[in-house]
Amino acid sequence: MTNSIREIEGMDVLFIIGSNTKESHPVIANRMIKAYRRGARIIVADPRKVPMVKFADLFLRMRPGTDIALLNGIANVIVAEGLQNYDFIREKTAGFEEWKKTLEQFSPERVEQITGVPKEDIIKAARLYGGSRKAGIFYTMGITQHTCGTDNVRAIANLAVLTGNIGREYTGINPLRGQNNVQGSSDAACMPNVLPGYQRIDLPEIRQKFEAAWGVTIPPKPGLTATEMMDAAVEGRIKAMYIMGENPIITDPNMHHTTKALEGLDFLVVQDIFMTETAKLADVVLPAACSFEKNGTFTNTERRVQRVRKAVNPPGEARDDLSVIMEISRRLGYHMEYRSPEKVLEEYRQLWPAMGGITYGRLEGKGIQWPCPTPEHPGTEYLYKDGFPKGKVNFTPVSYNPPAELADKEFPFVLTTGRNLFQYHSGSMTRQVKAIEDHAGEPYVEISPEDGHTLGVSDGDVIRVISRRGEILIKARITRRVSAGTVFVPMHYREAAANALTNDALDPDVKIPEFKVCAVRLQTAS
Amino acid sequence: MVKVRIDGKEIDVPGSITILETARRNDIYIPTLCHHPKLTPFGGCRLCIVEIKGMPRPVASCTTQVAEGMEITTSTDAIEDIRKLVLELILSDHPNDCMVCEKAGSCTLQDLAYAYGIRDNEFPGERRTYTTRDGNPFIERDLEKCILCGRCVKACDEIQGVEAIDFGYRGFKSKICTAYEEDLDCEFCGQCVAVCPTGALTGKAWKQQGRTGGLREVDTVCPYCGTGCNITVHVKRNEIVRITSAEDTANEGWLCVKGRFGYNFASSPNRLTKPLIKRDGVFVEAGWDEALDHITARLGEIKAQHGSDAIAGLSSARCTNEENYVFQKFMRAAVGTNNVDHCARL
Repeated sequence: MTNSIREIEGMDVLFIIGSNTKESHPVIANRMIKAYRRGARIIVADPRKVPMVKFADLFLRMRPGTDIALLNGIANVIVAEGLQNYDFIREKTAGFEEWKKTLEQFSPERVEQITGVPKEDIIKAARLYGGSRKAGIFYTMGITQHTCGTDNVRAIANLAVLTGNIGREYTGINPLRGQNNVQGSSDAACMPNVLPGYQRIDLPEIRQKFEAAWGVTIPPKPGLTATEMMDAAVEGRIKAMYIMGENPIITDPNMHHTTKALEGLDFLVVQDIFMTETAKLADVVLPAACSFEKNGTFTNTERRVQRVRKAVNPPGEARDDLSVIMEISRRLGYHMEYRSPEKVLEEYRQLWPAMGGITYGRLEGKGIQWPCPTPEHPGTEYLYKDGFPKGKVNFTPVSYNPPAELADKEFPFVLTTGRNLFQYHSGSMTRQVKAIEDHAGEPYVEISPEDGHTLGVSDGDVIRVISRRGEILIKARITRRVSAGTVFVPMHYREAAANALTNDALDPDVKIPEFKVCAVRLQTAS
Repeated sequence: MVKVRIDGKEIDVPGSITILETARRNDIYIPTLCHHPKLTPFGGCRLCIVEIKGMPRPVASCTTQVAEGMEITTSTDAIEDIRKLVLELILSDHPNDCMVCEKAGSCTLQDLAYAYGIRDNEFPGERRTYTTRDGNPFIERDLEKCILCGRCVKACDEIQGVEAIDFGYRGFKSKICTAYEEDLDCEFCGQCVAVCPTGALTGKAWKQQGRTGGLREVDTVCPYCGTGCNITVHVKRNEIVRITSAEDTANEGWLCVKGRFGYNFASSPNRLTKPLIKRDGVFVEAGWDEALDHITARLGEIKAQHGSDAIAGLSSARCTNEENYVFQKFMRAAVGTNNVDHCARL
């Protein structure tokens, strides 16, 4: 997030696109409701009638995968009506005129054809967002999990800089991170192309800094992303994997492909708190401590580093991940001897200036938001107050390309996937909670009443959902949440895994899979 | 700024706030039951009444705004008599079962009964009796303990935007219920439980596990989504028995169903407790030394035979910053590859 969660309540317009905030980030939704009660206007763009729609002035029910057309269409109207922020464009951006030309093809009429959103609503959205200078955009995986995920984000950025809705309090671009420490894992560089703090691994001066600190030579070539690792494993280029606290069998697209990849490995280690579907395929399984059982820090979606404190001891012989990794490293001949997690942060903050001022001592209380370069620095509530790191920010022309797989005669429905309120991600934690299982323990596919009627499927019927990659048996839930032609399956349930169906086509830039759109066929089970 | 006088003390107040809020900011005690600082005022319980010079009757301080020159008295014999009467009336229709109540020790009504020395029922008569009717696995409702303060109704509407419950019926028959008493359509965030001043709403899983105050409390961060809600974990011996969140946290004390009620995966009997090595397709328990030796030997062999880039590592967003830092350092420095990633894309 460029803003803080607190700032949401001071925004005048909230544009929520591809985020089921009320179910995936319920407490952030509470802030949005606070803004709503203060009089903020809310726009929700989503293929599904997600619960936040209840609070929306405007619901743009778009076809899955048509975000770029919608965003460009809104930008086009903003420019046509002169709602852009001329001062901001002149002072802080480059490439406006060239970009503007690319918008011409996104007339409200054509965008209506592509997205299914009535052109009047596109114009209303443009006037609402473009007419405000205290507007925030919120998105999650509904934007990013597409083969055009990077371009979707660029289209959002264009909209924000067009209106100057970034770099001030109460206005910005806010991807809501879906997992407790996914921000921190990225910051700490569990990523193949950067070293801690997003410092590029292909730059010799960056590598030298880390090599001096670590006393080793760091390979200069970026590695493989998670999704590429699975392809490489199938092709035999990856022989061994060490998986710490992940469950890719459930969370990766195209489950059969993932299973084939992991089964084909010469050696697989899984370190986890439960015998997950992934752990079952391992050669060695190590019992880990969960976050209630260890000390450390998490970084939340607003870049706030907060203390995690040990409340209970791990069960049996389970150990915290830190001590396990240090021990294996030592046995492989590379010594990492941190006496406590605090010592790790001490090293980490020396190597990443934005974290430089963050110490355990300062984290008592409410935590600190990075960038926080010095021990005196209070942390940063919102980004780009003093301009953009590169000086001027570019408008990036973004063209609309349809999803990799579209509905056709053979597979006439579009499947989109996501979370529900009660379960979490691969379910390895929540599915062990009896109360949650009692209430939301059964997988389901959301089908519109129209499609239910046409197919002769009633609420509660077990049906077969089939894609080019796999099929599942699952209960139908007839609901107006989805519109005709679209179905939704939550990702959490191993016994009817959404990812047995999903497409593993990737975004060419960041290799994120297209979880949000694939083609399926529905069949009554009898 | 307006100038007011509370109990003889002159106070400058910025703008239009209530008498109650002015008093709280200046550390002047006024008892309340229905008031909650994060919810709109209700003026229902009448405990917060104060006298204002020139006004013929006491007024509710939670719904009355300060005005220039107001002279306010928060406690007189007459006011205290009324407060005690109100409490006696509430308690006359309240189960006298603090000895088994989950809320004992952190119950506002119990604290007030204690403060006003109320033990006997001054108003014997008809009592509200309810049979429990709720099939949900998260929230325990005991309507006989409900004092109709309306905090749960406001939290559900104002904070959560769900409006699952409201006041139903009138007078003695008043109760908090769903529309037409149909099935509950609820997100089970438990905000209502958090704001309930009595034992009317509690967590089902908390039952007889230990009351607030009698347990060890540890402040940490929720293990689920990226919002990073601050939670207080209540621990009995080595088991988590409750999760709460303080009002002054970054998340203002609000949680969701997973954060508030989804904690007991940690004590699940299905947790992994020993290293396991697969032999002939079957997992066999092993000691840590044996397992780690096996891992280092196999990783060493594969590295020697196929090179470092034949090995890949996945870290986790469920792990701490420190563990993630050390994991990528391990992959890069000890294994010698940049094949390291986590689930940010998934």
